[in-house]
Amino acid sequence: MNSIVCIKRVPDSETRVRIASDGLAVDRSGVKFDMNEYDKYALEEAIRRKEEAGEGLVTVLTVGGDDARETLRQALAMGADEAVLLRAETGFDGLPVAVALAEEIRDRPFDLLLFGKQAIDDDGMQVPAMVAELLGLPAATVVVSLEIEAGRAVARREVEGGHETVEFDLPGIVAAQKGLNEPRYPSLKGIMAAKKKPLEEKDVTLVEGGLELLELSGPPDRPEPQILGEGAEAVPELVRRLREEVKVL
Amino acid sequence: MADVIAYLEMRDGTPRPVAREAVSAAKTLADRLGGSVVALAFGGTGTAEAARAMAAFGADRLVVVEDDSLVAYSPDVAVAVIQHLAAELSPAAVVFPASAQGKDLSARAAGRLKRSLASEVTELAVEDGMIVVTRPVYAGKAYARLRFRDSPALLSIRPNVFPVIEHAGAGAVERPAMPDVQEKTRVGPIEQGERDRLDVREADIVVSGGRGLQGPEKWEILEHLVDALGPGATLGASRAVVDAGWRPHGEQVGQTGKVVSPSLYFAIGISGAIQHLAGMRTANVIVAVNKDAEAPIFDVANYGIVGDAFEVVPELTDAVRKLRTSDG
Ligand SMILES: Cc1cc2nc3c(=O)[nH]c(=O)nc-3n(C[C@H](O)[C@H](O)[C@H](O)COP(=O)(O)OP(=O)(O)OC[C@H]3O[C@@H](n4cnc5c(N)ncnc54)[C@H](O)[C@@H]3O)c2cc1C
Ligand SMILES: Nc1ncnc2c1ncn2[C@@H]1O[C@H](COP(=O)(O)O)[C@@H](O)[C@H]1O
Repeated sequence: MNSIVCIKRVPDSETRVRIASDGLAVDRSGVKFDMNEYDKYALEEAIRRKEEAGEGLVTVLTVGGDDARETLRQALAMGADEAVLLRAETGFDGLPVAVALAEEIRDRPFDLLLFGKQAIDDDGMQVPAMVAELLGLPAATVVVSLEIEAGRAVARREVEGGHETVEFDLPGIVAAQKGLNEPRYPSLKGIMAAKKKPLEEKDVTLVEGGLELLELSGPPDRPEPQILGEGAEAVPELVRRLREEVKVL
Repeated sequence: MADVIAYLEMRDGTPRPVAREAVSAAKTLADRLGGSVVALAFGGTGTAEAARAMAAFGADRLVVVEDDSLVAYSPDVAVAVIQHLAAELSPAAVVFPASAQGKDLSARAAGRLKRSLASEVTELAVEDGMIVVTRPVYAGKAYARLRFRDSPALLSIRPNVFPVIEHAGAGAVERPAMPDVQEKTRVGPIEQGERDRLDVREADIVVSGGRGLQGPEKWEILEHLVDALGPGATLGASRAVVDAGWRPHGEQVGQTGKVVSPSLYFAIGISGAIQHLAGMRTANVIVAVNKDAEAPIFDVANYGIVGDAFEVVPELTDAVRKLRTSDG
């Protein structure tokens, strides 16, 4: 079972976002970065499938800056076999990234192509299904469980109020949602081994996307909070405010 | 061209609430661009009849592909029809709901058409003839204003944000034949959860509970409040209680759960961690009930009550019930 996993380096979810002075980027100073949470589920799935099959190769790919090397090393330490860094700046448009990934993947043989369901910086939920169309492959997105038998995948995906199953023949694409598995932490042995695993780097030029960033701004301010009192005694005042002041009841 | 396509998501043979929002948003765009609204739906027998109701929100043309194999979502068929329509109409935009299905299909359409997509749009404008959108990024910790350079502009709109506007359209129905495509991906019917409550993203009122409720058996008090608030209300949860297995993952609100924008959000026994706030800070009105006066949730709440949920919530439920009865 050969898998390719696309991973992204993103700011940690605890990060307080500060907008850079040009209003066009996020200030990266002092920000802690990590592998996108959903990509960890994707990678874990690839490693487990390889371990169960007893053979195969897990390749991790990323489009990012020099610092993404660290995230690739983290993936190698978890158990990926080889890594590729496509060096380029990414923005809030999924298409240029999807095109670059599809180009790199096109000539590589694989059974499963895995993604996270969403990158927690651009919150796009775009790249996996875009790559599926660019490569003409079947895909299941937002997947919480996956079974593979005799070259056929049966995935369960999350939808509002329930689930649906998605079936397709390999090779195909799965975008992982939380719940798919419990990702491992890199072991000390894994971290040592990662240093000797191949990490290829190349510069790529992204195609120009159709979206132009005009401005990045902070979220709108919330109104001044009002504490209405303590315990059940404050309930009548709350109901009155909800009804008369903001008219939501 | 200036036409705008709106994707009608169907469930159980009828358009979902997000379909009205998509048609209304498409209508607003089409009016500014001087084009008409083409609504697109897929489903089994009777879909065209059900979709016709969307004319009341501005649909001028309804393109409906009816086939018994389309009762469940078929991404391969849907994307083929969108590709065909895009070639025929050269639309200015295609509006999808940012629902599970809408996000899957919009990204496929973007890959097929090689056009960029703006996800989870919360504001739409036309400036100098170009479509400009605002969308949250970093889980709502920042907002990006983006301009489409070329057409069609592909976008998914966040549920519960765009108003539903009644606006009669011509509502002419066309039924193209099933396109001849080989289905690579086969999607089965939706298995609904055991309790048929609204999804947190689509409810008008969300009552969320956190670890402060002490155990899954205590959720009764929140269920009573939801019932008292009426059919537009639903239950939500913090990640702490989802991880503990007290509540299903589908209810989780926050950065790694769902982002909600209801008109009223109750945070009961929730501390207000940054990842939780990311999922609910765009609610219109936030009410927090927490024992700890220092809990960060009070910083974003419009109204707060410092107190024990087990005293406050039943009292609140009673008061809401009385209000509803006196309203008749
Ligand atoms: C990568 C990552 C992603 C995350 N994503 C999310 C996410 O999507 N959504 C999310 O919610 N969290 C998320 N978290 C977790 C988040 O950091 C918090 O741990 C979580 O939100 C805490 O849940 P809580 O408020 O229910 O519990 P706690 O923080 O334990 O708060 C419980 C609160 O209940 C109050 N309380 C106790 N008893 C009572 C009572 N009787 N009556 C009233 N109040 C009472 C307490 O004062 C306290 O404020 C994420 C964390 C990480 C690291
Ligand atoms: N720059 C990138 N490099 C590699 N994979 C990416 C990149 N951006 C997104 N992805 C993959 O696509 C998934 C969805 O991302 P997005 O569509 O940006 O929300 C992520 O979880 C990754 O698996």
